[in-house]
This record gives sequence, structure tokens and C-alpha cells, in this order.
Amino acid sequence: MKLSNIVTELDLEIVAGYNLENENNEPQGVYICDLLSLVMGKAKEHDIWITIQTHVNIVAVASLVDITAIIVSEGIEIDEDTKAKASEVNIPIFRSNLSSYDLATKLNSLGV
Amino acid sequence: MSKDNIGLNLEYEVLRNDFTKAGEASSNIKKILTQLGINSSIIRRIAIATYEAEMNIAIHSLGGCITVNVTPKEINIVALDNGPGIEDIELAMQEGYSTAPNSVRELGFGAGMGLSNMKRCSDKFKITSQKGKNTRVNMIIYI
Ligand SMILES: Nc1ncnc2c1ncn2[C@@H]1O[C@H](COP(=O)(O)OP(=O)(O)O)[C@@H](O)[C@H]1O
Ligand SMILES: [Mg+2]
Repeated sequence: MKLSNIVTELDLEIVAGYNLENENNEPQGVYICDLLSLVMGKAKEHDIWITIQTHVNIVAVASLVDITAIIVSEGIEIDEDTKAKASEVNIPIFRSNLSSYDLATKLNSLGV
Repeated sequence: MSKDNIGLNLEYEVLRNDFTKAGEASSNIKKILTQLGINSSIIRRIAIATYEAEMNIAIHSLGGCITVNVTPKEINIVALDNGPGIEDIELAMQEGYSTAPNSVRELGFGAGMGLSNMKRCSDKFKITSQKGKNTRVNMIIYI
């Protein structure tokens, strides 16, 4: 399923880095974790990464392991420099008030 | 330039505690290797290895540098810092062992998986250190 459909279906808030270049990307899986070294080691290329981390380093991590998009759960506030970095390197960041579990369940029912 | 006729040397300074800039060296290395047309699964391993090395210098050391030597055969990465060194390397290598302070754990660092990630991503991995001296990590990845 395309990222644009996921944004609509999950009613995600668009935070930064989402554009015409990546809205048609199709995430292949989901990885949930808040420890960066685990994400580096275990997330797969084209995964959606759900986290409550919002520091600028999440963009570097996502970009280095080719994550399709980051969803920040629990409605947590996102740092300004994180947004700027995400726009700069084209990593879409979305936000939701749902928990990581609820987001994952919904993604699962959409076939991601 | 293509990967068949390369002889490239990259060098990056990594400052102590600079988390906003941290990740820049590894991101830049990834970009250059992508431009050289190196296989994406190899680039991924190098990206993970250099990121973990970069973060370790920023978090655990007084600062240092990362050098990457690209040849047609292999990528040779050296992460060298200015101390304070590691007392027990075997312990540091254990998954889950971390001396990262709470302030950086809150940001998601300090899982204690960095050195094992680096080792897993390398074809050859060597760490040398001593308390009171500097730490040197050498990683070789065959292309
Ligand atoms: N360059 C370094 N200088 C001093 N100590 C280091 C260095 N790199 C790693 N260490 C020590 O080894 C431990 C484990 O490192 P690592 O596996 O990367 O996990 P983490 O960085 O999450 O703590 C660190 O917590 C630290 O005590
Ligand atoms: Mg580390």
C-alpha cells in the first residue's frame, strides 16, 4: 500500500519530509523500537518505524538503514531541528495520538 | 569515477557530545559510496558500522576521527579517538553492556549493541584500547 493511502487511512499528521518524491513509496513492514542501535541492527529496508524518540538522530538512523517513514506515536512533540533534517534528507515523519501498538494493529489490517 | 578504479580516502572529525552533528559522517560516507555504485547491502553494513563508531566517539570519548579508505577490493574503516580508553574490552563487547549516562539513554542511545553491530557488519573487526589511552576500532568490509 502506498504511503499516501496509509496517511489517509491512519489519519496521520504530516510533520516533515513528506513530498511528491516519496508519497508513492510502498512500505514493506513495520518495526517498533525506541533504542537506536536496535533499529540500526534490526529494522529492514522499506520498513515503517514507529517510535517515541523525537531527537534529530532518528532522521540519521532512518536514512542510514533506508526506512520509508517514521511515525511518532503518543502525540509526542517533535524537535524543530528534527523536522528540518527530515525535510533536508527526504525522510517523511508523521505523528499520531495513537499508541505504537494501535498504529501497528492498524497497519497490519491494511496489509503492511 | 566508478568502484573499479577507486582509491579514495575520506576523513571526518567527530566531536565529543555533538549529537546534533553526529550521524553526519556516516551519512556522508553512505552518500559517496552510493555514488560510486557499490552494492546496497554492503553500503548498509558500512552505514551501520560507521554510525555506531561515530556515536561511540561522540558519546564515550573525548573526540576523535573516522577515516574510510576505499579500494576496489575493500572498504577499510578506522575509528580513532583521544581517550579515555576502555578498561575491559571483553565486557564492552557484550550485548547490553553500556556505560552511557541517562541523559543520552533518554535519546535512545546506550542499548549496548553498538560494538556488536559493528562486528556483525564487518568482515574483519579489531578493537584495541587501554584505560587511559585511546581506542582504535578497525573494520574491513570486502566489496
Ligand atoms: N570509543 C570509546 N571510548 C571509550 N569507551 C567506549 C568507546 N566505545 C565503546 N566504549 C565502551 O563500551 C561500551 C559499549 O559500547 P556499545 O556496544 O557501542 O554500546 P553503547 O554505546 O550503547 O553503550 C560503552 O558503553 C562504553 O563503556
Ligand atoms: Mg555505542
